[in-house]
Amino acid sequence: MTRRSLNLRAALVSVLIFAAFIGAWHLATRGIGAVQQMDPEYAKLMGATATQGKSAMPGPLDVGAKLWEHLRRPFYDNGPNDKGLGIQIAYSIARVAIGYFLAIAVAIPIGFMIGMSPLMNKALDPFIQVLKPISPLAWMPLALYTIKDSGLSAIFVIFICSLWPMMINTAFGVSAVRKEWLNVARTLEVGTLRRAFTVILPAAAPTIVTGMRISIGIAWLVIVAAEMLVGGTGIGYFVWNEWNNLSITNVINAILLIGLVGMVLDQILARAARLVTFPE
Amino acid sequence: MADKFISLEGIAKRYPAPGGTTTIFENLWLAMNRGEFTCVIGHSGCGKTTVLNILAGLDQPSEGTVIVDNLAIEGPSLDRAVIFQGHSLLPWRTVMGNVAYAVSSKWRRWNAAQVRAQAQKFIDLVGLTGSEHKRPSELSGGMKQRVGIARALSIQPKMMLMDEPFSALDALTRGTLQDEVRRICQETGQTTFMITHDVDEAIYLADRIVLMTNGPGAVMAEVVENPLPKSRVRIDIHKHPLYYAVRNHIIDFLVMRSRTFVEQTPGFDPRKVPVVRPGVDAPPMPPDSTVVRLASHAH
Ligand SMILES: Nc1ncnc2c1ncn2[C@@H]1O[C@H](COP(=O)(O)OP(=O)(O)OP(=O)(O)O)[C@@H](O)[C@H]1O
Ligand SMILES: [Mg+2]
Repeated sequence: MTRRSLNLRAALVSVLIFAAFIGAWHLATRGIGAVQQMDPEYAKLMGATATQGKSAMPGPLDVGAKLWEHLRRPFYDNGPNDKGLGIQIAYSIARVAIGYFLAIAVAIPIGFMIGMSPLMNKALDPFIQVLKPISPLAWMPLALYTIKDSGLSAIFVIFICSLWPMMINTAFGVSAVRKEWLNVARTLEVGTLRRAFTVILPAAAPTIVTGMRISIGIAWLVIVAAEMLVGGTGIGYFVWNEWNNLSITNVINAILLIGLVGMVLDQILARAARLVTFPE
Repeated sequence: MADKFISLEGIAKRYPAPGGTTTIFENLWLAMNRGEFTCVIGHSGCGKTTVLNILAGLDQPSEGTVIVDNLAIEGPSLDRAVIFQGHSLLPWRTVMGNVAYAVSSKWRRWNAAQVRAQAQKFIDLVGLTGSEHKRPSELSGGMKQRVGIARALSIQPKMMLMDEPFSALDALTRGTLQDEVRRICQETGQTTFMITHDVDEAIYLADRIVLMTNGPGAVMAEVVENPLPKSRVRIDIHKHPLYYAVRNHIIDFLVMRSRTFVEQTPGFDPRKVPVVRPGVDAPPMPPDSTVVRLASHAH
């Protein structure tokens, strides 16, 4: 009862904040600038900002109208510089997915190895310590030079930035498995492989999924920057391209979409985390 | 000692310590017969869990060996089931899942139905029928402990090793589980090694009670042979004429002698731990503690 009313009140406050934000935005971007008299040819070049006193910053109504346009035609394709927002975001998601799953395939087995073997832990630690703090974008020139494909380079950057949180969390989760549980497996003469899958994996799964959640967040942050660099397709490229077109409306729409997709990705991992956590 | 099943042969455990090593215990010798229920009593930290872990094969002694069935043990075995000091159930598995995990580890070729049937049999045995699909977090302390017992029994081990299995339970649950363990052990002829802090529990359950002195450098001071009849029942065990003789002997050891036993018993031979039967044999002459204490002061 109280819980429900709390949720209700929170929702109400959220709506109020949203309305206040939109209202302030609308007021701030209303046409209030001075209208200058000028040659009609020149006025045409200058656009509505100069001729009608309209703010250069689009208002919420402009953005809403544009959003509606995008939502109605998300997947149109009019050549390299004019693709639907849906297509662009699909490119980005695909790159993130490929890089991310490759990173899972590499990070989790290596993390297991590090977590299970104190020798490997010590031996690999210096590499991880040095490689981890490198900004993923710093790899970009190297990737472009060696891979010679901009799309693949973006995937590589996603791979490299997703790798570390998953690897470190897996190693930590595996090495922190409670000794009693391992002893249960030992007294039952469970072999190494079966022990890894029946005791260590379920025990470490919450920590591993936490690492995966951190990774997907970073990957989604990095893909936008990576695509701005490599160009061609993707939501990052779209943002940069629309900036060059001076279409702030489209930029704002893209920002909105980036946030929404990031939230969905995070929620998927949050749900996965709930599936693998166990109450003690 | 017709059927010596297990023997500790001069085991020691040492840990590195600042400025040398600490010896938790050394030169422990103990033999257990098949079908016998042995309890170990000693103060906290004297090394009981360490001895049990060595018996289980989970820990290696610094010296000495453990012989089971005429073979030196090399690590854990399905023949020796352990009930741990904490219940140590796998929290992501249900009651059935926990027991079935043990069953399928022992009989790897069994199909799912066979595994379930065997697990169910032992879940029923400890009185958890109907809770098969609960997870450990949904169980009470006593129920968790029962799952641990069912898991240990389900693999039909040759020996059970129990580390304070009932110490976290309330008196009522503890009594019920003691009854069950006693019944099960008698029915199956289990050889059992159990650690406890509870003197009454030891007298009720054990055939022999091993008294350990305080560490570091703990020794097995005495083996108390339980003079009470096998047919004892918990309700009127305290009415048995020998009950208080046994009880007082053990408590006297824990309170008075466990700390100073080593100094007070020069020439103690750890290979020949004295067997006492309080109330039956003539009471062992208590060493003149005043004299010894004065003597040790003189050092
Ligand atoms: N890894 C270790 N390093 C150093 N000392 C240790 C280590 N493990 C155990 N000990 C010491 O060994 C001694 C015996 O420990 P053990 O757990 O066997 O005691 P216990 O008799 O089972 O006590 P309790 O009745 O409290 O369970 C303790 O004094 C403990 O401090
Ligand atoms: Mg202990």
